[in-house]
Amino acid sequence: MADEREPPPLFENEDSSEKSPLEEKTVEADQEVNLNDDANDDLFSDPPLLETSPAEDKPEAEDEDESSPAAEESGGGGGILDDVEVQEEPPKKEEKKEEKKEEEPEKMDEEEEEEMESGDTFDVDITVSDPQKVGDGMGAYMKYTVVSKTSDPSFKSSEMTVSRRFSDFLGLHQKLVAFHTTKGHIVPPVPEKSVVGMTKVKMGKGQEENNSLEFVEKRRASLERFLNRSAAHPKIRANTDFKEFLEKDEPLPKASNTAALSGAGMMRAFNKVMDSASKVVSKMDESDQWFEEKTQHIDNLDQQLKKLHTSVENMVNHRRELSNATAVFAKSCAMLGNAEEHTALSRAISQLAETEENIEQLQSSQAATDFYVLSELLKDYIGLIAAVREAFREREKTFHNWQTAQTNLAKKREQEAKLKSTGKTEKLPQVEQEIKDWQERVEKGQREFEAISKTIRREVNRFETNRVQDFRSVIIKYLESLMEKQQKLIQYWEAFLPEAKAIA
Amino acid sequence: MLNEMDDSPELQNDGKDGDDDGLFDVEDQQKARTDSVDLSSDTSLVVDISDALSERDKVKFTVHTKTTLPEFSESDFSVTRDHDEFLWLHTMYDENEDYAGVIIPPPPPKPDFDASREKLQKLGEGEGTMTKEEFQKMKAELEAEYLATFKKTVAMHEVFLQRLAAHPTLRTDHNFRVFLEYKQALDVRGRNKKEKFGSLVKLVTKSVDEVLVTGQKDVDPFFERERTFVVEYHNKVKDSTARSDRMTRSNKQIADTYIRVSSGLNALATLEKSDLDKFFIKVSEMFEKLRKVEARVATDADLKLSDLLRYYMRDTAAAKDLLYRRMRSLVNYQNANKALEKARAKNKEVQQAEKNQEEACNKFEKLSEVAKQELTDYKTRRVAAFKKNLVELAELEVKHAKTQVQLLRNTIATLKEETP
Repeated sequence: MADEREPPPLFENEDSSEKSPLEEKTVEADQEVNLNDDANDDLFSDPPLLETSPAEDKPEAEDEDESSPAAEESGGGGGILDDVEVQEEPPKKEEKKEEKKEEEPEKMDEEEEEEMESGDTFDVDITVSDPQKVGDGMGAYMKYTVVSKTSDPSFKSSEMTVSRRFSDFLGLHQKLVAFHTTKGHIVPPVPEKSVVGMTKVKMGKGQEENNSLEFVEKRRASLERFLNRSAAHPKIRANTDFKEFLEKDEPLPKASNTAALSGAGMMRAFNKVMDSASKVVSKMDESDQWFEEKTQHIDNLDQQLKKLHTSVENMVNHRRELSNATAVFAKSCAMLGNAEEHTALSRAISQLAETEENIEQLQSSQAATDFYVLSELLKDYIGLIAAVREAFREREKTFHNWQTAQTNLAKKREQEAKLKSTGKTEKLPQVEQEIKDWQERVEKGQREFEAISKTIRREVNRFETNRVQDFRSVIIKYLESLMEKQQKLIQYWEAFLPEAKAIA
Repeated sequence: MLNEMDDSPELQNDGKDGDDDGLFDVEDQQKARTDSVDLSSDTSLVVDISDALSERDKVKFTVHTKTTLPEFSESDFSVTRDHDEFLWLHTMYDENEDYAGVIIPPPPPKPDFDASREKLQKLGEGEGTMTKEEFQKMKAELEAEYLATFKKTVAMHEVFLQRLAAHPTLRTDHNFRVFLEYKQALDVRGRNKKEKFGSLVKLVTKSVDEVLVTGQKDVDPFFERERTFVVEYHNKVKDSTARSDRMTRSNKQIADTYIRVSSGLNALATLEKSDLDKFFIKVSEMFEKLRKVEARVATDADLKLSDLLRYYMRDTAAAKDLLYRRMRSLVNYQNANKALEKARAKNKEVQQAEKNQEEACNKFEKLSEVAKQELTDYKTRRVAAFKKNLVELAELEVKHAKTQVQLLRNTIATLKEETP
């Protein structure tokens, strides 16, 4: 059974035969491939109402303890079941695909719920640790140890350890985006290449410098969250590249096209320009209310999150400043205590210096929490929203393709009519063939559009649910840390009080 | 906006506060002094600043006196004085040889609202980048800060006068009486200019002297000890004051950033269609409350710690001045001795030299006697003030931390309840 579970390749083989020579856009060629996959999966797609399903609660509860914003496992249950179902019933797929088009959403939910109750939920827990600098000077790079623990039998083993370098992560992200975004999936963000940060690390003598330590830690945590979020997404978890990243015990081929000035980098930049140009030219007539509302909502959310993120960053900076100022004061206070001639007062002032030192530790760690817990959460969500926007853009592209196909079909039909009326029948069979081809493409275009629209709805609902859970749990955690700090403050000052009172 | 600020602080100094509204109370200072100087029954001369007005660039203090002393023409009267007149009064004491052995209470610092004004200006410039609510809150904060600065400067000026009024020797000074009684403005501008130039010269010569003087070892072990102590202590306390200031400033800044965070959360709440909206609103409210407490923490630390250190930095400087004056007197005495010897050797103007020497000797000995008492008082004063303020600081910190814990605990409990 386990051997059969390799979803993407199966479909790729199947669909590659479908690859029509009419395909022009290279970017979309790959996306074409998994259309069937997607369509079928939709039958068993996750219901937005995750709270109702008992299978969902288990992964949620487990995840609350994890440091990385978890609770994405809630999507896991359905996902695994997708794969299972799809594996076992290849012949039924085609029929179900037809059914799906006519079915109402309610019927689908019924089936989904059936699957949900019968299936298991699988966890994947990934840690990224032990950042090591390899090499020296400008050629140096960071490598990380990636440990994955999973109960998902589709993986090579239940515990895997590999070593990956930063560009491997970037390469993986790139592949995931290329594969998934065009289908409307939301791919979690990955930290960007940072010339400044990395140069500090590369040029640093050891790992003693605070700045580069912080930078490395920030990056490590970010990479960890990226992997865990990806693993929580049922489709991404099943992606071979993703699996290989976690499983393959050898170094991966260098993702050279992640470098800024590579050929592929140029292509990406070019494509980005093309995309934005096309966006301006062909603004889609949004007939779907849901999409219109969501786009607006996402834009607003983006704006507010960015503002909040800036405020939180300011807060982090000020806390760091305070921590420094307190440390300096503590030292100065200690010297004052030494200079004081009155014994009891001298002792009290020295105690004050100690108290302030302790407080400084608290402030330092609070600044770190502010940053790692709150600030990075906001940053992640800003990245995720960018991914959501990408998915929306892909949908618009799909719509555009469909419309283009329709236009071309109309043109060909006109041509056909003209030929018929003028009696030039030699070209007719060719044109009729072309008409047939375009007709197919129109149908395909429509299918794709509807599929991606559906996927995106699902993805966005999942995103929203995760967002709610994430924010809730992270913010509560943050408040708890604030409370802890205040409690320690009470301890320190209450310890100091008798000393102050003892001054005679 | 700036105009508003200028008009607002018409202050009623209800010095009988006694509560820990965190402000440097008259009463606090009085208590500190009464610990070392027995004022309890002495109501023959009571001075306070009953009102203060902030004009364009100056602050005008209303100095109110209640007295039973016959030297004054009235028993209850008020005059208006500005900062320069306070400085003049201090200079008069400082330059008076009769008070050479006394620690002259340090003059109050110049009222400085530049920092507040600058902040307010920056706020005005940045108005476009924040919501109306944020702007109002920050403006209110700045106004409160301005008011606090104002109250502080009033308290500083008041303490200065009260110490003078309480000191058995200093209170009898003629200039002090003029300061308290004379209805017209005192012509200090000319004097202050001359004085500033004079003080510059004095400063130069003084520092040279200081070098000379600190080289000499003192006959009297008490003073020797004192000198070593005071010089070092002054340095350390000066350093600590600066550091403490920086610390409390940073703390205040954090409290201010909470405003933005709170507002940001509110904005998110309005976007939400999910349950998160209530969640965000609660957290936003909590941040708003937290910030008020944090702001108080910063203010209290400023008053109990920074201001304490700052005052004793100045008081210690005044003690240093005393020791310096004593040294000068000693040098004069020694010179007079030498002159007498010379005169005796040459047998010229011996009588004059003898008279000078006797005078110098008396001056020096009297000064030393007074100085000893003054320095002892200074010590007692210092220890008492530190004790009081450190105890109050610790108590306030505990209180505020407990408030925050309570606030956070409640919020967390409420938020957890709502989680499905």
